[in-house]
Amino acid sequence: SLLLLQRDYRFERVWFWGCVRGVRGTYHIAEGLGPDRAAPRSRLYSLNCVEWSLLPPATEEMVARAEKLKGRFQGDPSFKYEYAEVNAEDAERMLEDGKEPMIKEEDRLVATIEEIDRAVGIVPRGAFVKTPLGSVHENRNFEGLSLTEAKKLSSYFHFTEPVNLKNKTLLEKADWDPSTDFLDSLEHDIPQGSWTVQLEKGGTVVVLRSLLWLGLTFYHVPMTKQYGYVYFGTGEKNLDLPFML
Amino acid sequence: HGPYLPHEPGYGLYQPGYSPYDDQIPDPEPRMLAIQNAKAYLLKSSTTSGLNLYDHLANTLTKILDEQPINVVDIFENISKDVKWAQFQKKMDTLRDEHAILPTFESAENRKTLFLKAHGEGDEELEEEIGETTLPNVMETAFYFEQAGIGLSKDESYHIFLALKKLINVQPIQTCRFWGKILGLEMNYIIAEVQYHEGAEEEETEEEEVIDEGDKRMDEVEDEDEEKEKEDEPPKSTYKPPPVIPKEENGAGTNKYVYFVCNEPGKPWVKLPPVTPAQIVCARKIKKFFTGRLDAPIVSFPPFPGNEANYLRAQIARISAGTHICPIGFYQFSEEEGDEDEEGGGGRDTYQENPDFQPLSVVEMVESLSTWVHHVQSILKQGRCVWFNPSQKSEEEDEGEEEEEKDEEPEELQKEIGPPLLTPLSEDEGIQNIPAWTAQPSTNLIPQYAVAILQSNRWPGAYAFASGMKFNNIYFGWGHKYSPENHTPALPAPVQAECPSGPEITEMRDPTVEEELAFKAAKEEALAAAEEEDDEEEPEDDEEDDDD
Repeated sequence: SLLLLQRDYRFERVWFWGCVRGVRGTYHIAEGLGPDRAAPRSRLYSLNCVEWSLLPPATEEMVARAEKLKGRFQGDPSFKYEYAEVNAEDAERMLEDGKEPMIKEEDRLVATIEEIDRAVGIVPRGAFVKTPLGSVHENRNFEGLSLTEAKKLSSYFHFTEPVNLKNKTLLEKADWDPSTDFLDSLEHDIPQGSWTVQLEKGGTVVVLRSLLWLGLTFYHVPMTKQYGYVYFGTGEKNLDLPFML
Repeated sequence: HGPYLPHEPGYGLYQPGYSPYDDQIPDPEPRMLAIQNAKAYLLKSSTTSGLNLYDHLANTLTKILDEQPINVVDIFENISKDVKWAQFQKKMDTLRDEHAILPTFESAENRKTLFLKAHGEGDEELEEEIGETTLPNVMETAFYFEQAGIGLSKDESYHIFLALKKLINVQPIQTCRFWGKILGLEMNYIIAEVQYHEGAEEEETEEEEVIDEGDKRMDEVEDEDEEKEKEDEPPKSTYKPPPVIPKEENGAGTNKYVYFVCNEPGKPWVKLPPVTPAQIVCARKIKKFFTGRLDAPIVSFPPFPGNEANYLRAQIARISAGTHICPIGFYQFSEEEGDEDEEGGGGRDTYQENPDFQPLSVVEMVESLSTWVHHVQSILKQGRCVWFNPSQKSEEEDEGEEEEEKDEEPEELQKEIGPPLLTPLSEDEGIQNIPAWTAQPSTNLIPQYAVAILQSNRWPGAYAFASGMKFNNIYFGWGHKYSPENHTPALPAPVQAECPSGPEITEMRDPTVEEELAFKAAKEEALAAAEEEDDEEEPEDDEEDDDD
C-alpha cells in the first residue's frame, strides 16, 4: 500500500515511519518526501495499513499544545482531549481567544511525530549532501560507515535544522566538509547517555536506541548503504530519563 | 610560434619543424609524436603526491566504466577524489596490515558452540530426548507471537532455542521456558525461567549472609556499648531497626521459579539469586535502566540493597506477578482444598493443569477480559506473596521493651491479603482511564486462524497469546512499569530532631576552685546556721565570680 501511496501523492520517496500504539488501536505512520529531503514532510496515518489519511502539517502551536498532554493515545483519531482537565487557566485563556479548549487526537499525533523526528530522527554522517543551492539530496557516494566509525555517536546526525552548529570550536570546524557536515551530531545530546549503541548479530548491524523516546530504533549495516530508523512505541516522551541513567 | 619559454607547456618538446599546436598535421608520424609527447606529459609524476595524471585518469575512468553510475558528470569530482584517496592510503602504509579481528568473529565462534552437540551423546540419549523433553518449543511460540508482530528475528529465536537446550543439558531442570528479553544500555538480557527437579536445588547461603549483616552490625554496636559501660554511659540507642522480612523459600511465592540470564545466546548462562522482599519494595520506588552487566551497582535513592543482578531479579518477579496470564480453565486448583486459616494467608497457592480444559474461541478470548486469569501469585506490599507477620518474631527478641515499641510500630500490623490465585483479568485495575490490558485478534482478515493477543498497558512490553490449547507469555522491553505521571524519587527522610535542650545537658561554666571552696564553706555554714547566713553567702559568691 505504500507503493500505491507513492503513486497517488506523487512522492519521490515513501517510507514506513513506525507505529504509535494507542490503547484501543495502533496508528501506522508513513512519511512521504519530495525532491528536497530537508523540506517539511507529509505524514499519513492508517489504522489498518490499507487506507491512509493525510495528516495536517504540524505547526508550532500544535506542538506546544500537545506537549502538555500526558498519557497514552486512545487509538481513535477523532478523540478529543479535554483541555480543561490539564490546565484550567489555559483553557480559560483559550476560551477568551475564541478557540475551543480541546485538542484532537490527530493533532496530537502529528505533533508527536514532528517532535520525534526533530528530536531523535537520525542519519549517518555522509548519507546526505547539501548542494550549493541549499537543497539536500541523498549522497550517492555514501558507502556506509566503517565499524569503528559506526560505534561512535559523532558519526550520526539529527536530520533537522541544526541548532548547535555555530557553537562548535574553531578546531572542530576546521575538519568539516560543508557539504556533509551541516547537521547537529549526536555527541552533545542532553542528557548525555540518552542513546544506546549496540552491535547486534555479532557486529554486523549497529543498532542505536533512543532513551528519550522509548521505541525509536535506528539501524545501520556498516560498509553498506543500508540504514534507517523506525518508531514502535506509545508516543510518550520519557521524562524520567535523568533518574533512570 | 617562437621558441617555447620554460613556463609554457611544450617546452623541451619542440622539435624543429614540428609543433604540437598545429591543428592540421598532414603526416601521421608527427601526429604520433604529438600523441607521445602529450602522453609523456601526462605521465609526469607530481612532486607532491607521487601520482601522475595519466594513471589517475585511467583509474577514474575504469571505475566509472565498471560501475556506470547515472549522471556521472555531476559526481565526477567525488569519484576522482575517492580514487585519489584510495591510492593515497596504500602508499602511506608501510606497516603490514594486521588481520582485523572483528568482534563479529568472536560472536560467530560463540554461536558455533551452540550448534555443536555435547560430548558422548549416543543413540540412547537421543531416544530420551525425543520422548519427553523439558525444552520448550521456542520456535512455535515465536511463530504465534509473530502473528501479532511481536518477537525476535528467526535467527535469534533459533539461537535462543539452542542456548536453552544447552542449559537443560547442564542443569537438573524440570521445566523451562523462555521468559523474554530485557533491553539494556550496553548489552541486553535473555532470560529463561526454570524449575528445578525436586530435591536438586542448592541452598544459597550467601543470600542469608546479606540479610544477617544488619543484625550483626547491631550486635557489634551493643558490644561496644557494653565495654563503655564500665567507664561511661552514653545514652543507649533506642533505635530498633524494622524487623527484616525474610525472603520466601526457594520454590514458593516470589521464588517459585529460578531465572537464568545471558547477554547473548552462546554466552554462559548465569543464575540469578533469589529475591528478597526488601529488594522488591525498593524496586518499586526506583526506576533505573539496566546496563547489561550483572555486577553493576545500582546508585539510587532509596539505596537498593544489591546490584544489578538483584534489581533484575526483582523486576522479573514483579513483571511475572503482574502479567503472567492464561486462559480460564487451563489450570485448576488441586482437589485437596487446604485450610484457609493458614498463617501464611488465605488462599491456595498450587494448581495443576486441568485435563478437561475446553479452549474458548478466539473471539471470546478477545472480547472479554474475564476469560483470562493470572496464574502467578501477586506480590503484596510487603514484598512477598504470602504475608509474614514480623511481630511474632520480635516478641521473642523483646526484653521488656514492649512499651517503647508501641510508640514506633503498632503491635498488630494489618494482615495483607492480595487477590487470590487464578483471578480473572477483569479485576485488574487500570491506570487512570486506561484498562490494564488491550486485547485484539492477530488478524481481522482471517478469523479462523487468528490468535488472541493481549498487550499489557501496565507493563509495556508484556504480551500473551492464546490459540486453542496453546498459550504463552513473553516480555520484550526495558523492564519498567508504565506510569503516566513522572517518576518522583522518594525524598530523603526528614532531619531527625535533636535531643531537646534542657538544663541537664546545657553546658554551663565549670565552677572554679574558689567557687567550689566557697560553696563548700557556705554549705557547712548553712547546715549550722539559719537563713541570715544564706544572705551573706550570695554577695560572697558574687564577689568570687567577679574575680574570674
